[in-house]
Amino acid sequence: MRFILPFVIFLVLSVFLYMGLGRDTREVPSPLVGKAAPAFVLPLLHDTGKHFSPQDMKGKVWLLNVWASWCGACKDEHPVLMEFSRQNVLPIVGLDYKDKPEDGQATLKKAGDPYTLVIADADGKVGFDYGVYGVPETYVIDKNGMIAYKLIGALNSQNLREKILPLVAELQAK
Amino acid sequence: MRYFLIVLLCLLPTFSFAGVAKDIADDPVMERRMMHLAEKVRCLVCQSEPVSNSHSDWSNDVRQIMREKMKAGATDQEILDLLVERFGKSVLFDPPVDKETMPLWSAPFVLLLLGGAGLFYQLKKRRGQVVQTELSVEDEQRAATLLNDTVSAPPDSPTEPEKLDYDGTIRVRSLIAGAQPDGVREDVSDAHIKEPKA
Repeated sequence: MRFILPFVIFLVLSVFLYMGLGRDTREVPSPLVGKAAPAFVLPLLHDTGKHFSPQDMKGKVWLLNVWASWCGACKDEHPVLMEFSRQNVLPIVGLDYKDKPEDGQATLKKAGDPYTLVIADADGKVGFDYGVYGVPETYVIDKNGMIAYKLIGALNSQNLREKILPLVAELQAK
Repeated sequence: MRYFLIVLLCLLPTFSFAGVAKDIADDPVMERRMMHLAEKVRCLVCQSEPVSNSHSDWSNDVRQIMREKMKAGATDQEILDLLVERFGKSVLFDPPVDKETMPLWSAPFVLLLLGGAGLFYQLKKRRGQVVQTELSVEDEQRAATLLNDTVSAPPDSPTEPEKLDYDGTIRVRSLIAGAQPDGVREDVSDAHIKEPKA
C-alpha cells in the first residue's frame, strides 16, 4: 500500500520526461502565426532589377521558404522541395537569407531550383521581421496575407504530408 | 641554437594580435546600455545563453538591431516588445506574468504548498501513532539509579564502588545504597551493564 504514492509520482514523472524526449527545445512557437505577414520589398535573386512584395501574392495561398547556401539542413530539404514543386500545388517563394547573391545563385544552378521565384535578403532584415533564427524555416501564408503556419527546421515528406498539405488544401478551399 | 629557438617559440604569441571584436559601437555609453539589455534576452539558437554572451550569428544580429533601434531613440521596453513580437515570450529570460506564463510562475508556490500540506498531514498522522506510556514507581526508581549512580557510589557504601568482571561487565550490586526498598535491591543487584566496547 505504502508504495502506491511514490509509484504514481514515478509514473507521472516518466510520462512528462518521455514527452520531453520527443520535443525539440529549439522549436519555439512563433507569435507571428495568425498575424499578418510583415510587409517588405526585396530584389529578386536572379534579377535584382525586379522586386517582390508579399502584396503580389494577395488572393493566393503561398509558401515562403527561408534558405541559404551556407545552411546544411537546407541541403536535406532541397530534394523534398524539388519533388513538391513538381506537384505544382502552390507558389513557393524562396528567401535567400543572409547570403551572397552569387553563392545562392550557384547553389540553385547546381542542385536545381524548386522555387517559383527567389528573393535575396542579403542583410537578414526581412528574416528578422519574420522571426527567423534557424534556417531553414517555412511559412504558409493564406489568401489574405496572414501567416497560417511556421515550420522551423527542414521540410520532409512526413511534415509535408501530415501538416502542410492538409493546411494548404483547407486554406485554398476558403 | 635550440634554446634560442625555444625562446623564439615562446615569444610567438606576442606577434599574434587578435584584433578588437568588430561590433563595438562608436558610443560606449550606448554599448553598455545595449549589453545590459542583451543580458535579458535569450539566444534562441543557443537557448541557455543570453544574447550578450553569445557569439552566434543570430545574437550578433539582435545586438546590431538593438543598436540601431537605440540610435533611433527607442526605449529599452520598446526594443524588448519588438523582440517578443517577433520571437515570442521565450526570448525573455524573465517572462512577464500573464495568463500564459501563470503556471510557470505559480508552480514553485503550489509545490511548496503541496509539500507543506503533505508534511503537516504526515506529522499529524504520526502523533496519533506514538503511545504515551506511564512508568511505574519501581521502574522510575530503577531508571534513576541506573542513570545517576553508575560512577560514584554513595559515600557510606560499605563495599567497593565498582568492579570489572572478566567479560567486561560491571556489577552494580555495590551501587545499590541502603535507602532502596528491598525488592529493588534484589532486582537490580544482579543486573549487568555492558561496558561499551571501544
